[in-house]
Amino acid sequence: MASIAKSWLCASCRRKTSVSLAAKSRYSYSTASRHDRPLRMAVVGSGPAGFYTAYRVMSKVPKTKVDMFEALPVPYGLVRFGVAPDHPEVKNCQEKFQEVASSPDFTFIGNVSIGNTGGHFAGCTIPLASVLHHYDAIVFAYGASKDKKLGIPGESGLQGIYSAREFVGWYNGLPEYAGLAPDLTKGDEAVIIGQGNVALDVARMLLENVDVLRKSDITEAAIEALLKSRIKRVHIVGRRGPMQAAFTIKEVRELMKLNRVGFHDIDMSLMPDEISKLPRARRRLMEIMMKGSTANVDEALKSWSLDFCLSPTEFLGRPDRSLESTVFERTLLSSPFDPSSSVASTTEKLTIPSSVAFRSIGYKSVALPGFDEAGISFNDRKGIIDNDGMGRVLQINKDESSGSHLPGVYCAGWVKRGPTGVIASTMEDAFSTGDAIASDWNSAAPFIKGESSSGWEALRAGVEHGKCKVITWEDWQKIDKAEKERGLLAGKEREKFTSTKEMLAAAS
Amino acid sequence: MATPRSLVRSLQSLRTPSYQSITHIRQSAFSSRSKIRSNSSLLCRSRAGVPLLRPFSTSPRCQHGHIHPPKPGEELYVTFIDKEGKEHKIAVSKGDNLLDIAQAHDLEMEGACGGSCACSTCHVIVTEEDYYEKMPEPEDDENDMLDLAFGLTETSRLGCQVVMTKELDGMKVKLPSMTRNLQASDFGSKS
Ligand SMILES: Cc1cc2nc3c(=O)[nH]c(=O)nc-3n(C[C@H](O)[C@H](O)[C@H](O)COP(=O)(O)OP(=O)(O)OC[C@H]3O[C@@H](n4cnc5c(N)ncnc54)[C@H](O)[C@@H]3O)c2cc1C
Ligand SMILES: NC(=O)c1ccc[n+]([C@@H]2O[C@H](COP(=O)([O-])OP(=O)(O)OC[C@H]3O[C@@H](n4cnc5c(N)ncnc54)[C@H](OP(=O)(O)O)[C@@H]3O)[C@@H](O)[C@H]2O)c1
Ligand code: FES
Repeated sequence: MASIAKSWLCASCRRKTSVSLAAKSRYSYSTASRHDRPLRMAVVGSGPAGFYTAYRVMSKVPKTKVDMFEALPVPYGLVRFGVAPDHPEVKNCQEKFQEVASSPDFTFIGNVSIGNTGGHFAGCTIPLASVLHHYDAIVFAYGASKDKKLGIPGESGLQGIYSAREFVGWYNGLPEYAGLAPDLTKGDEAVIIGQGNVALDVARMLLENVDVLRKSDITEAAIEALLKSRIKRVHIVGRRGPMQAAFTIKEVRELMKLNRVGFHDIDMSLMPDEISKLPRARRRLMEIMMKGSTANVDEALKSWSLDFCLSPTEFLGRPDRSLESTVFERTLLSSPFDPSSSVASTTEKLTIPSSVAFRSIGYKSVALPGFDEAGISFNDRKGIIDNDGMGRVLQINKDESSGSHLPGVYCAGWVKRGPTGVIASTMEDAFSTGDAIASDWNSAAPFIKGESSSGWEALRAGVEHGKCKVITWEDWQKIDKAEKERGLLAGKEREKFTSTKEMLAAAS
Repeated sequence: MATPRSLVRSLQSLRTPSYQSITHIRQSAFSSRSKIRSNSSLLCRSRAGVPLLRPFSTSPRCQHGHIHPPKPGEELYVTFIDKEGKEHKIAVSKGDNLLDIAQAHDLEMEGACGGSCACSTCHVIVTEEDYYEKMPEPEDDENDMLDLAFGLTETSRLGCQVVMTKELDGMKVKLPSMTRNLQASDFGSKS
């Protein structure tokens, strides 16, 4: 998508950037107690991690002022663009976020990305350096904007292979993938690689009766494509076994209960003999997989299976470059009943016909431009900001020893912990970051020593000067209202705008 | 379905930079959170009992959220043991659930999904097995979410699914520590 990103620096930051940043390539941090005035905090990202951290700090440190930057014109991150449309109850956490946003000490600054330009960030951009100059503390809660790749032949050259992130983004109206238009009409078999809950979400979208989805906030484009879908058989393929699967029981049960959708029996040789002796959660998960679906496979309209111990090695295409099949190599578990068992590859191959394939092997966070200059250590291998476990960000350390905490710099959520965990675990983790910030502030630990701590007041002139539209909370409420009204007309909960242009138009 | 909560909306429309905080609501004798709250913020509940962060207010409209004040003589008692080990004995009415009760009394129970059995942030541990046995068995949905709860025990339940009855009068429940105690060693800083 074309980007009209506007980058800018306020005059004082420009001076400061060229002098102190370039010269010292590090920030300076105050050591003085800031108890004499309220804490001023920037939060990057408006997903659950951002909101729950803001909430915790605002509850624990009186009069804290929070400015929350969100790259998109709309808030809530994966609660809006990840959580499946047929799981509206999960989105009830938005009520808490609305309460936080209604505080006079909270400012939502939407359509403003920190550091990132290009890609789907079509709005305004503020360089990280500028933000650091005007706050006591900053919390990175920007989630995971990329996904992991398999790195196997055919993955990028063939049509019909989608990442779960693209597909999920598309049916949930993420502007980045509004134009994805996945073709589900090429054949009746679909392969999903990976056995986490995202894989099960994707499978449910393919298997569920469209009439059930129609009333949710799924996009109209997705409903149309799903109505045309010819997919009848879904393989959810994992490289390990049932005892190692990443999905959770509630999501499996949902699939088992789908009307006229059958489940093919699982490979019993991978099941431990004495299931009753397993710890509760594993036991119940094994039991439900063995019990199978309500509908009988032979009489069902559609069916699915969990295919274990298969690692993808290649995608094969037809002459017209469309996907034809996926080749897997059988794997061998070193210890089949140990949930942390590793696998070894064998030479045995298996080919599954696939008119469409979804790669659902995890999301991935990346560093923001400006991290190096600010001395922020990002772990590329794990895809997280290096931190002390409580969300205190560690400094880049040339000598490989573990770095010390960068005063005033924190992280929370998927970018702190990696791209796993439900909203409850993201909340927990955001609370631990919030507690660390509160305890640091209350114990007069050093924070960022910037130009000022006037936050958004100091930055906004520069952004607005750049002529890009900043979305306030009131603007978002207009977008929200407009989406609900569109939904009412269509007989559904909400009809999302799927382009930033439409969102901005609804806000003005 | 994510129900629009009229109260939340009306609170939002009240957004104003000047505030008068009504601290008297917060001063419930058993408030465990009040000590960590700013004097400008106040807990209050939405229709489903979700606590509202209220930095300002003009009327105590959400004082009792979704619970029903017990009629004199018909009180049932439930005791919550908070994370610090402090006990809070509360008089409640029949029919109220533990999530709404905890939130109405400012105890730290999140209830992220608003009581729809989809998040496990309302996990409680019944301290005496006798009481646990007196409750109707958890449904599959509740058990499925409990499987994900941190610190699951034999007598764990989801607060939003436990409704007070006469049989449960005198019950004690513990609020488990939500934050797993992460050690710095869990995060190899440079590995
Ligand atoms: C497909 C899917 C389905 C899920 N379903 C469920 C479910 O049913 N139940 C459940 O409990 N959990 C579910 N989860 C997990 C849950 O969504 C996550 O735990 C949670 O959203 C992580 O929160 P976060 O705030 O760390 O990241 P996010 O929610 O991703 O939020 C990050 C935010 O930061 C913004 N951002 C990114 N870069 C910048 C920048 N440079 N400047 C400013 N802003 C930026 C993004 O636009 C985004 O809004 C699901 C996850 C996925 C992927
Ligand atoms: N309804 C819900 O509650 C819900 C819905 C969606 C998402 N979520 C949460 O969001 C988080 C992210 O979910 P997710 O599904 O993206 O991630 P996940 O749970 O980490 O699952 C990733 C899956 O991909 C597999 N995988 C990884 N690399 C692979 C490779 N190179 N080749 C083959 N397979 C590979 C993993 O197998 P290995 O185990 O072998 O590595 C695993 O099966 C999870 O915590 C999930 O619970 C929750
Ligand atoms: S409040 Fe979410 S499960 Fe009880």
